[in-house]
Amino acid sequence: MKNLLFFELYKIFRKWRSYIGFFAITALVLIIEFSIYYEGNKYPGYLTRNLSDSFYFTGNLLNGYLISYYVMMLLVIHIPFLLTLVAGDLLAGEATMGTYRMLVSRPVSRFRIVTVKFLAGQIYSLLMLLWLAFLCLGLGTALFGTGELIVMQDIITVFAANDVLWRFLPAYLLAVLSMGVVVSLAFLFSSLVENAIGPIIATMAVLIVFNILSVIEIDFFAALKPYLFTSYAQDWKLFFNAELDTAGIFKSAAVMLFHIVLFYSVTLFVFTKKDILS
Amino acid sequence: MSYFCTAILLNSVIRRKQILEKVIEINNLYKKFKKIMAVDDLNVNVYRGDVFGFLGPNGAGKSTTIRMLMTLIFPTSGSVKVFGMPLHQNRLAILARTGGIVEKPDLYNYMSARKNLEMLGSISGREIPKKRIDEVLELVGLTDRQKSRVKTFSFGMKQRLGIAQALVHDPELIILDEPTTGLDPQGMKEIRELIFFLSRVKKKTIFLSSHILSEVELVADRMIIIDKGKTVVEGYVKELLKTPRVRVDLDTDEPQRASDLIKNSLWNSTFEGVKENIISLNMEKNAIPELNRFLIQNSINVFGLTPKRSLEEYFLNITEKGAK
Repeated sequence: MKNLLFFELYKIFRKWRSYIGFFAITALVLIIEFSIYYEGNKYPGYLTRNLSDSFYFTGNLLNGYLISYYVMMLLVIHIPFLLTLVAGDLLAGEATMGTYRMLVSRPVSRFRIVTVKFLAGQIYSLLMLLWLAFLCLGLGTALFGTGELIVMQDIITVFAANDVLWRFLPAYLLAVLSMGVVVSLAFLFSSLVENAIGPIIATMAVLIVFNILSVIEIDFFAALKPYLFTSYAQDWKLFFNAELDTAGIFKSAAVMLFHIVLFYSVTLFVFTKKDILS
Repeated sequence: MSYFCTAILLNSVIRRKQILEKVIEINNLYKKFKKIMAVDDLNVNVYRGDVFGFLGPNGAGKSTTIRMLMTLIFPTSGSVKVFGMPLHQNRLAILARTGGIVEKPDLYNYMSARKNLEMLGSISGREIPKKRIDEVLELVGLTDRQKSRVKTFSFGMKQRLGIAQALVHDPELIILDEPTTGLDPQGMKEIRELIFFLSRVKKKTIFLSSHILSEVELVADRMIIIDKGKTVVEGYVKELLKTPRVRVDLDTDEPQRASDLIKNSLWNSTFEGVKENIISLNMEKNAIPELNRFLIQNSINVFGLTPKRSLEEYFLNITEKGAK
């Protein structure tokens, strides 16, 4: 199992396409951070402009925490598209290259092959989010320092500097789950076909449709929303409520875990019954 | 003395057991893809130490059978035993003792030859020491290119690396699906020598599918010919080819006069026809020198009297009869 996992990770990181996501995130975060750095206090000014008549804001509002929150809000929607490039290739890529034949004729069970590839995909997704966390929290706080975090949701909440960092950790974990669902879906599609382009495009199509349905404010779609995994993609923000919505957090985690297990199980079923004809 | 006799007896029993031990036993195997019956009631027995030729025209079901042996596809019905064990119930144990290449030698192009072997070796059910990788690379003649990425390899080099990955975990049974495809004559000769080495020196059992029939004739002890998924004939190559009459091609600059001469002589019964100025004769092989003398005595310039490659002829006869 260990050798197989190492083999899978080695394969992932030997392909240049695996770095597209990392490069894109790095470029985007750096652009955002440096533009905010040079634009000065415009962004917190934008957040507080309606309140500045009634309140007086002091301290370092433009800090690494705010940048991290802001970047995460922007990118959590888009990172899944980058993940599909690798996750959609995990099984179908072997079929395209013709290497399925050598892999499956080794003394390794198909269960192990699927499980290890699935884990490799999830590890890749985790590493991408860790990289995002490093760029946001690490570079962000290095550039902008720390301070209070001002969060504007339904209400404006200002978190004390020492009350912020611990919220990011579970928020990232919930985001990992959200990415995990996308990886699992692309992985499932990858088991159905023999060309990696199909699963990548199919997953992107599902994400686009579900994302649109998740934000449309029409009653008919409102009934549908709880069943769309994309509706839970931004639930990491629940950790930045003034009062933690524990039930909401658990529900979100449970729904996403359910999707992950479901997609993985279907993939396992498909792959263990599959005739390797590539 | 009695110890010596017991040893001889024991050795004889072991040898006999080895000869009779079935490494592959396929019974009533079927594989259906939607409406196409790719393998239709196939029965095959391969014994320990065999170099077993697996022949058939394109689409005969050879690769489908090999895919089933390598557990890439599932049989529709029938039983496959390898090393005496049912294949699918003992898949891991069997594959740990089996190596093979199926169709094209597709490897990880972005890795080096050595890395491919290390990686595939690491999931072969046993520890593969570096020395073994060196040995296998040496065996297939890729030592000098071991660090090159596979994408820079020619087809022939990929084919050799494909064989190397089949051998890396030192399997007892080696399944080779058209291993000389795409190789030049020198490469084909090297593969043939490698098969001899593996069979005669390393005592491996080899299941060899090939469309280059003369190749099977040269290396195989036993063979099967299949067509449309069915067994056409199975047996020892020498036994199957033990036929006194062969087709002989006569090449001359006067095909018409030579044909007339043959048809109006005692050689009449050997005449089969003329195609593209080559006269086909069906005759006993040992009568060729006599025919040659007869033609020369009658002022016919003989450029060649060539017995057709026996297995090729045999193969075509068998499969054409099946088609009819």
